[in-house]
Amino acid sequence: MFEKIVFQIIAFDELRTDFKSPIDQCNPVHARERLRNIERICFLLRKLVLPEYSIHSLFCIMFLCAQEWLTLGLNVPLLFYHFWRYFRCPADSSELAYDPPAVMNADTLSYCQKEAWCKLAFYLLSFFYYLYCMIYTLVSS
Amino acid sequence: MSAPAGLPPRPPAAMYPAGPAASREAAAAEGGAPRCHNGPVQSPMQFPAGYGSHPPNYSAPSGHYSQVPSKAVSPHVDNQYGASYHSSYYSAPAQNVMAPSVGPNVLNTRESQQFYHKPPHAAGPAEGPVQGAIPPAPYLHTSAPQSYSAFGNHYSTSVSSSVASQGFPLNSDHYALPVVSSAVYPNVSYPPAATGSMYGQAFTSQSLPAAGQFKETNMLSSPSTSVPHSLQQHVPVGYNSTLSTVSSAQPVQDNLSRNLTGSVAKVNNQINTGGVESLQPVHSASQSVQFTKPGVGTSASPAVISSARTSASGLSSQPRSSPSVTQPPESALQEAIDSSSTTSSASPVLNNYDALEGGGYPETRSVTSSPVPAPAAPQTSKTSKPFGYGYPALQPGYQNTAPPTPVQQPSNPGHHPGFQHYPQQYPGVNQLSSSLGGLSLQHSQQPEGLRPVNLTQDRNILPVSSVPAPVPNLNSDLRKLNCSPDSFRCTLTNIPQTQALLNKAKLPLGLLLHPFRDLTQLPVITSSTIVRCRSCRTYINPFVSFIDQRRWKCNLCYRVNDVPEEFMYNPLTRSYGEPHKRPEVQNSTVEFIASSDYMLRPPQPAVYLFVLDVSHNAVEAGYLTILCNSLLENLDKLPGDSRTRIGFITFDSTVHFYNLQEGLSQPQMLIVSDIDDIFLPTPDSLLVNLHESKELIKDLLNAFPNMFTNTRETHSALGPALQAAFKLMSPTGGRISVFQTQLPSLGAGLLHSREDPNQRSSTKVVQHLGPATDFYKKLALDCSGQQIAVDLFLLSSQYSDLASLACMSKYSAGCIYYYPSFHHIHNPAQAEKLQKDLKRYLTRKIGFEAVMRIRCTKGLSIHTFHGNFFVRSTDLLSLANVNPDAGFAVQMSIEESLADTSLVCFQTALLYTSSKGERRIRVHTLCLPVVNSLADVYAGADVQAVVCLLANMAVDRSVSSSLSDARDALVNAVVDSLSAYMSTASNLQQSMLIAPNSLKLFPLYVLALLKQKAFRTGTSTRLDDRVYAMCQIKSQPLIHLMKMIHPNLYRIDKLTDESTIHVNDRVVPQPPLQKLSAEKLTREGAFLMDCGSAFYIWIGKNCDNNFIKDVLGYPNYASVPQKMTQLPEVVALSSERTRSFIAWLRDNRPLSPVLQVIKDENPAKTEFFQHLIEDRTEAAFSYYEFLLHIQQQICK
Repeated sequence: MFEKIVFQIIAFDELRTDFKSPIDQCNPVHARERLRNIERICFLLRKLVLPEYSIHSLFCIMFLCAQEWLTLGLNVPLLFYHFWRYFRCPADSSELAYDPPAVMNADTLSYCQKEAWCKLAFYLLSFFYYLYCMIYTLVSS
Repeated sequence: MSAPAGLPPRPPAAMYPAGPAASREAAAAEGGAPRCHNGPVQSPMQFPAGYGSHPPNYSAPSGHYSQVPSKAVSPHVDNQYGASYHSSYYSAPAQNVMAPSVGPNVLNTRESQQFYHKPPHAAGPAEGPVQGAIPPAPYLHTSAPQSYSAFGNHYSTSVSSSVASQGFPLNSDHYALPVVSSAVYPNVSYPPAATGSMYGQAFTSQSLPAAGQFKETNMLSSPSTSVPHSLQQHVPVGYNSTLSTVSSAQPVQDNLSRNLTGSVAKVNNQINTGGVESLQPVHSASQSVQFTKPGVGTSASPAVISSARTSASGLSSQPRSSPSVTQPPESALQEAIDSSSTTSSASPVLNNYDALEGGGYPETRSVTSSPVPAPAAPQTSKTSKPFGYGYPALQPGYQNTAPPTPVQQPSNPGHHPGFQHYPQQYPGVNQLSSSLGGLSLQHSQQPEGLRPVNLTQDRNILPVSSVPAPVPNLNSDLRKLNCSPDSFRCTLTNIPQTQALLNKAKLPLGLLLHPFRDLTQLPVITSSTIVRCRSCRTYINPFVSFIDQRRWKCNLCYRVNDVPEEFMYNPLTRSYGEPHKRPEVQNSTVEFIASSDYMLRPPQPAVYLFVLDVSHNAVEAGYLTILCNSLLENLDKLPGDSRTRIGFITFDSTVHFYNLQEGLSQPQMLIVSDIDDIFLPTPDSLLVNLHESKELIKDLLNAFPNMFTNTRETHSALGPALQAAFKLMSPTGGRISVFQTQLPSLGAGLLHSREDPNQRSSTKVVQHLGPATDFYKKLALDCSGQQIAVDLFLLSSQYSDLASLACMSKYSAGCIYYYPSFHHIHNPAQAEKLQKDLKRYLTRKIGFEAVMRIRCTKGLSIHTFHGNFFVRSTDLLSLANVNPDAGFAVQMSIEESLADTSLVCFQTALLYTSSKGERRIRVHTLCLPVVNSLADVYAGADVQAVVCLLANMAVDRSVSSSLSDARDALVNAVVDSLSAYMSTASNLQQSMLIAPNSLKLFPLYVLALLKQKAFRTGTSTRLDDRVYAMCQIKSQPLIHLMKMIHPNLYRIDKLTDESTIHVNDRVVPQPPLQKLSAEKLTREGAFLMDCGSAFYIWIGKNCDNNFIKDVLGYPNYASVPQKMTQLPEVVALSSERTRSFIAWLRDNRPLSPVLQVIKDENPAKTEFFQHLIEDRTEAAFSYYEFLLHIQQQICK
């Protein structure tokens, strides 16, 4: 999970920065590479969306089964966010988010980036929390 | 340029192609100054009542005219220099660039005269060869430049005469103007032209009496000079210019003529006697000439003196300095157009460097010169950049009345043609309209844009003529230098200091761009180093500041850069150490010829591929005939050079290729039926060189219409055909034009009908605005990566899922044309439209493998782009092709406070490969003031730009969310901004709906948007129509978009001579704009509605029979046919007036709209009435109701 998010962050960073010099960017040959790059990244990102969401939902279900109400409560908002994000996509479009033509719009990109950072923080914190809970239960039992 | 050497003086008459016109001029000359009146007289009707009260404005022009006498000028030496410098590159011949070596030879041949201008016609053929890029023969005469250059160091100064296309049909007499010795020009006081002509004024042309003596003296004395027959004088007279006041016009002219004669003589003498060294005369010239004539030849500059200019306005001699500032000859041409209609017109357009590139544009009009104010303005303060912010106290417009420069006063509203896209000189122009509207607030102290307007009470808010763009409140120097609002507009001409302030104003901040617009004059600069900021890569522009001689400070990132050695030399004045007078720093719109740094692969050739649907449906519709005829006609006019390649693919259920290899006796058709795995049968002979295989191509085009007449194939395998096209084009890049007539039904990318006809008028959810499949988007992205643009022509009678198909153009920077229910016989209006669109489409300028980058001052950031392109990086748009009709919009936000700066700048740089295989960079720079009060933000709001940007945002919203969301957002935009405004103005009564004057049209435009096809609900709208309207909104430039949103309505049955303007000697009546409401339609009248893409003439039942007889050519109302798309040429005054008015409207736009005459029973009537947006419909508010609705929302 973390890896995924870390990858996301790296990916957005890569999208944002273009290492080539400005003149080079204007170059038609570079255009193709760049486009390929964007497409590749978007494709990867898109492939990762569903697994991420499903793993998270799986966790939630497990919490539900274990009757960990507090933990579940912490995770539910994110779960709903994922649902919203998944179903909000325009009805006709067969794709999820991360549409190559749209992703480079600065606001979309910065939104995605922010989202990725927030999720990273959330997952990290919850990881330690789970760890703590686990150790706590182990010790107390 | 070989021809000219020692040209004998030509008998004047012989040279003028347009004989009658010439003689007419002559006649005019003899008659005193009869024509002179044309200009000033115009449109008295529009005089603002209070106008006279501002004498300064008015007097300005005359003042400057009087200065004209060339000698006068010592005090203005500086200016003159500037002016001449400036002008000199205006029309620098493109040829120099290409064949620089020519220069010296020429020089030798001619000693006494550096520059010689030949009369156009003669020049053409002879000079043709000289031009580096060989334009196709027919075009030769468009540019017949000759340049003689003197090389100094590495710079050469040369002048070329660019002969504007004289042979073209529309020439007016101005064009034909007799040879005018260029010497004369200087005297003509024209303000040097600014490229963008942002603040330019329209001048009507006047032909001054070209004194007989001139003729003789000049002729005789200057052997090689061609003799001026008559001078064409252009007196700045505004179109509107009511102001320009008839009365005073006369004196001015007198002045002019006197001065002219005097100075001309003098100049000639100099020349003749001088025989001077080439340089010398130049100098003197520049000194003596105060103004150069801008556009046109504009270059009256220094060189002019020595040169003999033939030609009237159009032709001008253009000295070109060769670090090379060149200007395409065409500019003259275009300028003419401009002047004739508006100064800066986006319009009719010639492609800028077509002449130079050989891609001519057939419709030229007469040239009159429209001077555009000169950027050449006094340069004194270049470095310091004073920022005049006289807002509250002083009407900004009046600030420039006093400048020492002879430059025409921009502040005179009278000089504005009333065009929509025409820059408004200062907010006060609003006064004009408002005073006409019954409110005279002429002297109010607050900025005009802020004057409160009570919307619910004030019913006449529409201006008399079109709405001008607000002018940023900059000081006059910067204002003159600023980019034309036609190319570059910001929604807020006063940029708020912080994001918080922007949020308070509730107005969107963004730019509307029309970067590749056909320009009238464009300085083209060739120099080995293009000066750019080292850290942000900004191109040097007029708004940078020079810290000292050797350093300049970037206006976007504030880094201090060195001025390169080469930049220190000013080629025109031949002086060293005046970097601030170089053209790059004098013009906010310039074009650089890029060095090899800017290309990794050799520039691509022009490659055109046509992918044609030939299924049964397509054959029935009959578009092939029109397309083939159009192509045959324009085959030679396709932009390109000797490498141009062309190919054809047709498809039904199979894909057909055509082998056109040179040497074949006839075209070979190759059929590939394996559409699941498409391959190219003979990859190398499908795209062939246009010139080598021309005969085969013609054969093929002649055969096409009949080849498929008996086809029974109803399927359409568009997807596979596109894949094949992509394979074919990917090695080179280029343009694919797809003609499709139905839903693709086979192979990859097949689509299903998604439209439910019963839902067309639903007020609820409109679905299927997005694509049904990724196929077309992916294909477009692949194409974009290979520098291929896909243009879609959809000619269908049923639903064809434009929402999916449009993706192929959207992301590959193509364009979309849609002809609903197209049929070559049953729907003549659409057929005619296709024909006209094709003509424009095939011949317009094109740029390949382009990228566009938009930079802005630190603190601002661009976050969303609208238009057809692929966003390659956060500020870089990748455009496989760029065409002159494409517009773009961007949204911006303010990331850091702008408190420490008083100005912000925006720069777009468009790097493209021209059809001649040159890499070029077109740079536009816009400079705007920063303000810190909410009131000032409102004062500077540009309502048209705001509405266009909102429309773009609403399209995005309706695709990503829903249509009703988008509609709500539009209404909320009005409600929020007006309520925010009302809360700032505390003294206003809450019970009224008050808007600042700058936004008084905002509710009206938003209502118009809500009733626009794209966003309307409740009215039956086909899904494809809706999607097409959305595509249009995203990709049209502002001027066209505004016409689409809010059409112009005129009453045309009683056109009078009052308030007419003169364009190319045609008298064009200027009827006032009418409200879009049925209350304005009377049964006795006839009305013309200009919707941008269509004209409707509505005839009332009781319309005057004389009008019907004279204008429509039928005896009475009953006999007017249902489908009438043309006005007959009847010899009657009213007919002439109507036709000239319509022709004038058409001149101003690239796509020639189709005219439809509508009687009461006509089916097109509904279309017409749907455009009457102020009226109530079953599903939507009337304007008044809408205002009440807004008021209610505000009070909540």
